Amino acid sequence: MKKLIATLLTSFLLGVGLVSGAQAAGGGIEWDKFPKEKLADTASLQNGAKLFVNYCLNCHAAAFMRYNRLRDIGLTEAQIKANLMFATEKVGDTMKVSLDPNNAKEWFGGLPPDLTVIARSRADGAKGSGADYLYTYLRSYYRDETKATGWNNMAFPSVGMPHVLWELQGQRSAKFVEEADAHAPGKTVHVFKGYEQLTPGTMSTLQYDNAVADLVAYLQWMGEPAQEQRFRLGVWVLLFLSMLTVIAWRLNAAFWKDIK
Amino acid sequence: MAEFKEAPAGAPLGEQLLTWVDNRFPASKLYKEHMSEYYAPKNFNFWYIFGSLALLVLVIQIVTGIFLVMHYKPDAALAFASVEYIMRDVPWGWLIRYMHSTGASAFFVVVYLHMFRGLLYGSYRKPRELVWIFGCGIFLCLMAEAFMGYLLPWGQMSYWGAQVIVNLFAAVPFVGPDLALLIRGDYVVSDATLNRFFSFHVIAVPLVLLGLVVAHIIALHEVGSNNPDGVEIKGPNAPKDAQGHPLDGIPFHPYYTVHDIFAVSLFLMVFTAIIFFAPELGGYFLEYNNFIPADPLKTPLHIAPVWYFTPFYSMLRATTDDLVTVLCLITGLAAVLAFLKGRFPGAAKVGILVAAVVLIALLKTFDAKFWGVVVMGAAVIILFFLPWLDRSPVKSIRYRPDWHKWMYVVFVLFFFVLGYLGIKPPSDIGTFIAQVGTLFYFGFFLLMPYWSQIGKPKPVPERVTFHAH
Repeated sequence: MKKLIATLLTSFLLGVGLVSGAQAAGGGIEWDKFPKEKLADTASLQNGAKLFVNYCLNCHAAAFMRYNRLRDIGLTEAQIKANLMFATEKVGDTMKVSLDPNNAKEWFGGLPPDLTVIARSRADGAKGSGADYLYTYLRSYYRDETKATGWNNMAFPSVGMPHVLWELQGQRSAKFVEEADAHAPGKTVHVFKGYEQLTPGTMSTLQYDNAVADLVAYLQWMGEPAQEQRFRLGVWVLLFLSMLTVIAWRLNAAFWKDIK
Repeated sequence: MAEFKEAPAGAPLGEQLLTWVDNRFPASKLYKEHMSEYYAPKNFNFWYIFGSLALLVLVIQIVTGIFLVMHYKPDAALAFASVEYIMRDVPWGWLIRYMHSTGASAFFVVVYLHMFRGLLYGSYRKPRELVWIFGCGIFLCLMAEAFMGYLLPWGQMSYWGAQVIVNLFAAVPFVGPDLALLIRGDYVVSDATLNRFFSFHVIAVPLVLLGLVVAHIIALHEVGSNNPDGVEIKGPNAPKDAQGHPLDGIPFHPYYTVHDIFAVSLFLMVFTAIIFFAPELGGYFLEYNNFIPADPLKTPLHIAPVWYFTPFYSMLRATTDDLVTVLCLITGLAAVLAFLKGRFPGAAKVGILVAAVVLIALLKTFDAKFWGVVVMGAAVIILFFLPWLDRSPVKSIRYRPDWHKWMYVVFVLFFFVLGYLGIKPPSDIGTFIAQVGTLFYFGFFLLMPYWSQIGKPKPVPERVTFHAH
């Protein structure tokens, strides 16, 4: 029986290897790794919340996220009211925006998506987590005068959103060169050869990457505010179950010793 | 009516109460028949825990489902938000929801393993045909339950998955479009669809499912469990003790209850590890796209069903015009072979030829998409006929010729590969492999009456093989 299972397993892995080799890799740029340690850092999450409210929440809503949930990342209700909210809202409200959908359609070509669970929705098994994507995306803007907004993005080509954080990052252009296409002789392909800083931002590259990481950490946290609690509880549940398993194992052995 | 019993004078209150109940309801009798005096073979192995685990997962699904329904709103405008409300604002809502979403996949894991056990040890053979058929009914209900439940979160994958599958019904000749309309209750998947799927998911299908589970267990306890040796422990010639209890059987309670408690705690370790540390399980248990609210105007680039449907979905996609042509050829060839070599009366032979010509004509008349639906449905329905397809003189894989084991290895391999391909976007080589897999899947079952008889089985022991722990 063990041999049968082993054979099944190896042949399955072989089969999967065969098939996945036949599948071409998906397009788009590689995603950078989001620095996960930011998630455990309350100051980062708070800074991310501030960036989110100031830069994102004007057009994007987070309609399932209540302001007072921010207490979970160490803010008091008074701090939330004073720094992160406008006069008309109540602290138990969700993060809505008053952007007119018709204006949004005219300005960006569509309603900006709700950001509550954006970090969960953008994951891709082959490329990385949703946080990886967002961390890459917010650092991949460049000037492109052929686009209506004057901006384009390497991670999201022809994106509808202009570079909202441009004052922090400064303006960059992307260098492309034409190279011979390895697959089609006589044709050339557009190859990306890095960015060029046109005007400086208020932040250095390092500071900007750090700020984006804080913002993405916040988005990741907001996607599932219970996630930290989930991990912590999980450890206890597994500890309990391993003890239960040992007891159940011995109990089973005690009963079965009479069966000959 | 049974004889009215009296508890002895001065008996403890508990005994008096039980006597009172037993005179009115067979409580002790049921307990004895199904637990303390239900004799199960003592040589059960690892494969025999999945029945109890399936029951456990069923209970988890029902209980968590009850709590989810308290907060969920079956309304296209509110459904997505209500799921997020459960995840954020309902105390412990996230835990209940993850238990339910992980439970759905866990259900299929244990049921697939449970069915494979049946396949390995011939648990569907006489006299257990009805146990198997009720089980197949449960599997069918489970698929309906999972499909309709998946629409409820009203995310992009929920919406477009339902759209794709319901559209399949539109491929049925003549009545298709009306049938699809009946299922959706609208021309596209909409609020009406969500409401009827909700109704089916929480009431209709679970009721049928529970009835079938009861029938499955009653039938099982009537004929007794099979075992890894496929030896009958309760047959007229099986060894029995002075009370007539089978020597190779042991009471379900306490021996298999303690066994199951151990198995349950192991299972829960895996189950809770997923719930607490990877509830999305890399996009297989909760698809990433489903965190985007349903948008009827935006079709996702790649629509894939959840993993447990993908082997069957692969077969559907594999049914292209080319495969239909291959099916025509196979039908023709089989009919000619039956005509020339078959040991049927002449009239039957002519009948077979005519039937084959009609089938080929039908295969070529209707769209390959329709035959894809037929293939997908037949892949599940064919399981019902397994008790009559298997003609091997022995039940258990242990005593079948060695090359039979390889048939099962290849079968399982193809099932996994079909499942894997169903997750991926279609590709030429993928479709070809899926076509080979589909033909093998059906060949495995349809030719089973033939191949299962070939080869010399090993001698089956008189009694079960058991080594004390």
